[in-house]
This record gives sequence, structure tokens and C-alpha cells, in this order.
Amino acid sequence: MTKLLQWLLGVSLLGAVWALVAFDLLELSLPRTYREVAWPIPLYLLVSFGCYSLATVGYRVATFNDCNEAASELHEQIKEAKEDLRKKGLKM
Amino acid sequence: MASRKSLQANRANGDKYSVLLPTYNERENLPLIVWLLVKYFGESGHDYEIIVIDDGSPDGTLEVAEQLQKIYGDDKMVSTAYIHGMKHATGNFIIIMDADLINSHYYYLFLFRKQKEGDYDLVSGTRYQGSGGVYGWDLRRKLISRGANFLAQVLLRPGASDLTGSFRLYKKKVLESLVERCVSKGYVFQMEMIVRARQLNYTVGEVPISFVDRVYGESKLGGNEIVSYAKGLLTLFATT
Repeated sequence: MTKLLQWLLGVSLLGAVWALVAFDLLELSLPRTYREVAWPIPLYLLVSFGCYSLATVGYRVATFNDCNEAASELHEQIKEAKEDLRKKGLKM
Repeated sequence: MASRKSLQANRANGDKYSVLLPTYNERENLPLIVWLLVKYFGESGHDYEIIVIDDGSPDGTLEVAEQLQKIYGDDKMVSTAYIHGMKHATGNFIIIMDADLINSHYYYLFLFRKQKEGDYDLVSGTRYQGSGGVYGWDLRRKLISRGANFLAQVLLRPGASDLTGSFRLYKKKVLESLVERCVSKGYVFQMEMIVRARQLNYTVGEVPISFVDRVYGESKLGGNEIVSYAKGLLTLFATT
């Protein structure tokens, strides 16, 4: 099953359960509080996911390592490389 | 820096590593990366060969490759204009890396060591975990990179932290089987390979790598690239 299908399946299942509770589709006569709480849940989930995403990406950007040592080491080696290649006859 | 002793080759294994360098307009970076590879493989003692894959870059990369071939010898270096340079590879392990990723020099040794640790089918260098990182990236580039990766993690749940970094080691048979199954082009192909590898239950190891890229040349990360990344990601989402 592709990821798309997995998502569609998951969303459909959860959507069905939510609709059942929020709109009392099976006429189970659930207490009103259930319906009132269930109704805005999708919106809450969306907002929570949005906040989670922002926080996660923000954290990861802030902790993205900068490799300055690796870079300076590399620049030294590039000088060495160019000299050596020139001696070996490479026309750059 | 890690102890070099543990990274020395065990020649008795009979392992040979083929380094595939797909290039496009890399006439300036190519000699540098070849020099570094030759130097570090020489020190570590691993058996290797370098295969440059260039489809006729307008800047004459292939000519530079041919000069390097004369300098280092035909047994150590080959250049080909064909995409399927893999057919020329005689090693049992294949490393694919971008030619502009010059600083990979001794990191490939970490890939080898990790592979031996768990007999992994695939080992991938990651910029996003552990001591992995980048050099000279501004905030915008970091943000786009992390954001794009986050999106890919949510949609594809690939089980690997870095999908677009291009520094990987494959067992030859594993690479052949993945290439047969993957249909994307360009870097989306790289992403597809890891996703499919997981699906096929190949074992994937990761090693933190510091990416110091693009000593010469422009780094591509404009609006076009973002759009094509999004398209590629959605395609993978719908087809894998």
C-alpha cells in the first residue's frame, strides 16, 4: 500500500469515528458533552500539528551543526592538492 | 578526530570499493576530489577504483577526467559518458557521492566501518544527526533544508534522517536491485532509493557527516528547486 493510500485510509477511519460522535449519526443518544467536545477536535489536531511542526523545525534549525574545523582542514588540503596536481602535469 | 587505526583496511577481506562520481560541470572540483580520494585510500589501504560518470558536461569535465586517468592509471580510474557506469564497476561495494562534496575525504572510512559493524546493505551519511552538520550555510538555506526534510519525514516515514544528502555506500547487489526498481530522476532518485530500500527490508545504517560542499560553483537552491522537490516528494508519496 502506498503512503498516500495509508493516509487516506487513516483519515477516513478517524473521520468516520469523529463524524459518528460529533453528529450522532447512529442516533446513539450520546450525552451532549461528547458531541460538543468531539466537534472541534479536527481543528485542535491541525493547530497542534502546526505548532509541533514549527517547534520541531525551529529547534532543528537552531541546532544545525556548523562544521568550521572540517572546512578549514579542507581548505588546507585543497592548497596541497592543487600544488601536487600541478606538479603531476594537470592543466587546470 | 577518530583513531585512524580502526579505519585501516583488512586486505584479507578481498573487498573492493568502487566510487561512482556522477558529474555535471565539475571541471574544477573533480581533480580535487580525486586527489583526496587517492590520498586517503592510499593511507587506509583499501582496494578501490574511481568511476567518473559524465554525460558530456559543457565545461569539459570529461577532458579533465581523462587527464586524471593518465596521471593515476587506468586500473584506478575510469571515466565514462554512460549513466550506467555501474556496469564498469568491479568492486563489491559501491559508493555514490557528488563530486562537489569535496570534504568527504576520510568520511568514507566511517561508512565502511559502519557497514562492517552491522553488515548493512546500505550506509548513508547524514547531516542532520549526531555530529553531522554543514559549513557556510545561511539561515535561509538551513531553514529550507530542515523544513523540506521534516515534510519528507512526515509524508514518507522513511526511517532515515537524511534523504537528500548524497553520500552513500551500497552493497553492489543491493544497488543493482534498487536501480531496477526506481523510476525517478535526479536527486528524487536518491530519495526513492532509500524509501524503497526500507520497503524491501534492506538494512540501512547512518553515519554523521559534515558536508562542506561547493568549493567552486553555485549552489542550487532557488524557487525552481523547491517546486521540483515538492513535486518529487508528492510523486514518491503517491507511488511508494
